[in-house]
Amino acid sequence: MNEEIKTFTISIYTENNIGLLNRISAIFQRRHINIESLTTSQSEIEGVNRFVIVVNITEPQAKKIIGQFQKQIEVIRAYYHTDEETIFQESGMFKIKSDLLFNEPQIQNIIKESNARIVTVNKEFFVLEKSGRRNEIESLRRDLNIFGIMQFVRSGRISVTKEEMKITEMLLAFNNQ
Amino acid sequence: MKETQTIETSKASVSKTERITGSEAIIKCLIAEGVDILYGYPGGAIMPVYDELYKYRHDIHHVLTRHEQGAAHAAQGFARISGRVGVAIATSGPGATNLITGIADAQIDSTPLVCITGQVPSNLLGTDAFQETDIIGISTPVTKWNHQVTDASEIPEVLAKAFYIAKSGRPGPVLIDITKDAQFGELDFKYEKCIGVRSYNPVPKIEINDVKAAAKLINAAKKPMIVWGQGVILGKAEEALKAVVEKAGIPAAWTIMGASALPTSHPLNIGMVGMHGNYAPNKLTNECDVLIAIGMRFDDRVTGDLNTYAKQAKVVHFEIDPAEVNKNVHADVAVLGNSKDSLEALLPLLNENSHKAWHQEFKDLYAIEFEKVIKDDLHPTKEGLTMGEVLKEINIQSEGDAAIVSDVGQHQMIACRYSEFNKTKSNITSGGLGTMGFALPAAIGAKMAAPEREVVAIIGDGGFQMNIQELGTIFQQKVPVKIVVLNNEFLGMVRQWQQLFFDKRYASTEMTNPDFITIAKGYYIAGKRIAKRDQLADAVKEMIASKESYLLEVCVEKEDNVFPMIPSGASVSDIRLS
Repeated sequence: MNEEIKTFTISIYTENNIGLLNRISAIFQRRHINIESLTTSQSEIEGVNRFVIVVNITEPQAKKIIGQFQKQIEVIRAYYHTDEETIFQESGMFKIKSDLLFNEPQIQNIIKESNARIVTVNKEFFVLEKSGRRNEIESLRRDLNIFGIMQFVRSGRISVTKEEMKITEMLLAFNNQ
Repeated sequence: MKETQTIETSKASVSKTERITGSEAIIKCLIAEGVDILYGYPGGAIMPVYDELYKYRHDIHHVLTRHEQGAAHAAQGFARISGRVGVAIATSGPGATNLITGIADAQIDSTPLVCITGQVPSNLLGTDAFQETDIIGISTPVTKWNHQVTDASEIPEVLAKAFYIAKSGRPGPVLIDITKDAQFGELDFKYEKCIGVRSYNPVPKIEINDVKAAAKLINAAKKPMIVWGQGVILGKAEEALKAVVEKAGIPAAWTIMGASALPTSHPLNIGMVGMHGNYAPNKLTNECDVLIAIGMRFDDRVTGDLNTYAKQAKVVHFEIDPAEVNKNVHADVAVLGNSKDSLEALLPLLNENSHKAWHQEFKDLYAIEFEKVIKDDLHPTKEGLTMGEVLKEINIQSEGDAAIVSDVGQHQMIACRYSEFNKTKSNITSGGLGTMGFALPAAIGAKMAAPEREVVAIIGDGGFQMNIQELGTIFQQKVPVKIVVLNNEFLGMVRQWQQLFFDKRYASTEMTNPDFITIAKGYYIAGKRIAKRDQLADAVKEMIASKESYLLEVCVEKEDNVFPMIPSGASVSDIRLS
């Protein structure tokens, strides 16, 4: 198996219980694996949460770690995917001084070309939101940095997979047992 | 959000509703789960439960240990000898943290435990209240499951789930932390046993095609070898293993945790694998053509260097826990499922065989090990007593029927190597975690779970002093455990490593010991110290014959080493005989 370090997106479907985040992050910590990003939210199924975690590891490591997740009582199912197997996005927010919007005409072009969205504008500042790949958000950040950014924040990766993940079927099968 | 996904009810459940307190509900849940003995230590945050234990003292026997660590290990010993769930209980803060070593031990050795801890009232959570610790946070990496209860109404469902999770599939410890207000609060009590959790599949379904693939490899093998682990015992697969071994004529070795699943005297039992295991099964791991692993997890103490471990062999892995497959050793065929069902499915597909010449190779290597190691261990001619001859004498006097509870270190390796086991669940030791101080409390739990059995704790002078306070429990509860302290006045295994790998720099391994017999006497436990070979047989006889607890201290040779030995990180092929 390939021992090369790659970016993997780990998707974990879980019950929505207190303490589970701790249990999951401990599995990384114990193996000295750094988490690049972690997002958790409601999934497509009522009452089922989904963790999306990005890590840079080898495929054998990914396989083993999936086994450890699945072993946790409240984990319904865990998967790992390469970038090619997923559709993924991140979101960045930029808070910038409002006068720049009027004094620096280039900023308007940057906003237009980057497909960023203006979330709010007031006398003091305006807020831009940009969703996309990491490099698109980073490129926007570099462009805006020249003029000064008051605040910047980027979300963790959210992703959906190209292949089907049959969680609903799995839960139905349990109920019919 | 719903806390559990417990479904349906078992017919045996108590279904009538009654209004009771949370603490009474806890006791009723324990009784409904068949708990009649639990081990623990009271304190502020668990007092309401102790008040109920007082009321229910005729239904459920609470054993006051002298330390919460003792309670956890006693519950482990109880579980290991009986296959039942061991229960330990403690208060918040230090009470709860003192359980952790036992819980970690149970986690790595797959022992079913339910630990109940009291917690500060829910309105004080997170305020650094007196005796508050985040025991859920602390115990998360060492529990199969844990959960904090802050409302009395949750108690029946959570405890039902706790017992189900602890004992199902690959067993393990569960910790339930219950705030004091939840203990005082009231609920409409109704107990339904848990029979399933939707996100948890404890026993994978056996794929018959995998069993067929396994059988094909085994039938074609010229030099097959089995290594079984505790999965055989946990899965109640002892008879199935025996049938497989006998039908296919496969030499079978065991890990420390698998010991006693097949009697020591069985002709195809070729001994222990691992760091201080037998010469033949270690050496021939790298000669076999098919390695059949059953309910074992290829621990590093078993495999040594993975890059030179059984590389020539096809590996067939029978395992209940999917996370263990391909974790350390690649399996050419993996059969997921309960060990008993898997082996029973395998049996009819196996060809009868005897592998006589191959088996002879094990016998030949055993002869070498006997000459170079075993002879001097069991039939020494030097003046000082060996640990091995003590074990041999215990075998003789107990006729191989004793359950041996060993601590951690040289004496443990000697106990595992030389004990003769007739019955399963007879080797109770701290395998994965290597917890010194395990044996004395674990022996208490084992003897109480199986009073009909002779339970002999084998402990070093170091480990004895790690939970020596449990002599108080033995005295108060009148538990007739037999204690053998093999005293070499050293932390022997560490000293052995210092001798072999650190140029004999004996840093902090020499022990100036107290008079153990006098200490035992303080607890009204009879005892004897011996140091001469001609005293040994009579002393062991006296100990075994004692109807009460008894301490036999044997002063053994100070600087004996345990061999064979695979140095840490070396190949199993490089096992040393001296």
